[in-house]
Amino acid sequence: MSVRWLCLAGLLVAGVVTAEAPLYFEDPEQHERYQGLLEELRCLVCQNQSLTDSPAPLAQDMRREVHRMIEAGYSNQQVVEFLASRYGDFVHYRPPLRAATLLLWFGPLLLLGAAAWAVVYVVRRHAGAAIDTDAVDDGNRPC
Amino acid sequence: MKRWRYGIPLAALVVLIGLLAYGLGLDPRHVPSPLVGRPLPALSLPVLGHPDPQARWHSAALLGKPFMLNVWASWCVSCREEHPLLVELSGDDRLPVYGLNYRDREADALAWLERWGDPYIASVHDPKGSAGLTLGVYAVPETFLIDAEGHVRYKHIGPLTRAVLEEHFVGALP
Repeated sequence: MSVRWLCLAGLLVAGVVTAEAPLYFEDPEQHERYQGLLEELRCLVCQNQSLTDSPAPLAQDMRREVHRMIEAGYSNQQVVEFLASRYGDFVHYRPPLRAATLLLWFGPLLLLGAAAWAVVYVVRRHAGAAIDTDAVDDGNRPC
Repeated sequence: MKRWRYGIPLAALVVLIGLLAYGLGLDPRHVPSPLVGRPLPALSLPVLGHPDPQARWHSAALLGKPFMLNVWASWCVSCREEHPLLVELSGDDRLPVYGLNYRDREADALAWLERWGDPYIASVHDPKGSAGLTLGVYAVPETFLIDAEGHVRYKHIGPLTRAVLEEHFVGALP
């Protein structure tokens, strides 16, 4: 048995172990909603991934639940609200805009604004000093 | 007056560093549960190891006395850390302990209890994790404290410690 065969066998096994039956919809519109929702929801285990590509078992459970709810006729909002009522706001992949998250959303912009203001202020002051020609004594210029 | 101007960026930097240091100290693994303070969702689940496969455990039947619901699994290594504490607690009848066997094979779960001890009055079987999803379970072990009115009082993520039991579970009983 060559190493190549062993590697191939290993890959096949790995595929089976991690593969999950893909979830389909009869209706293409439902499928689009499903894909859209997966992008909006966070995996609580692999917290930097959305449900779209997280391999965690919990993500599989959550995907199944989203699929079940869409098939049962719930709206996108109802699906998200259900998961948020169980897992909290953190389940939104994009943090919702609330009083508590204002600093999160606008903090970097504010910092950038403050930094830009500081740069402008310093440059203006410095430029002002450099162009101050009154203090230069022109008396001895050769040309 | 001149010194005051230099103080502003320094102060801003100190504030920023303070915020970042605080942020680093937070653990994103501890996701607060929105269920705390709300009624426990009604659960009706098969009982692990019960001779009658149709038998169900109903959470609603437990109203009137606070209880602890511990989410565990035979594949969960950290569960072994807290297990001796649970076994000890089961001897104390101030707080009944129920288990939720999460995403596990019944045979494995029963073997695990056989080996490490069974502190649970009953363990419910949740092989697909659907009950777990209803409870917002994302890590194992997790432990819930449910009060006599059926409201979730506290949720602990990760293995229980004696301190946590004292402060939030046994210690929080009326």
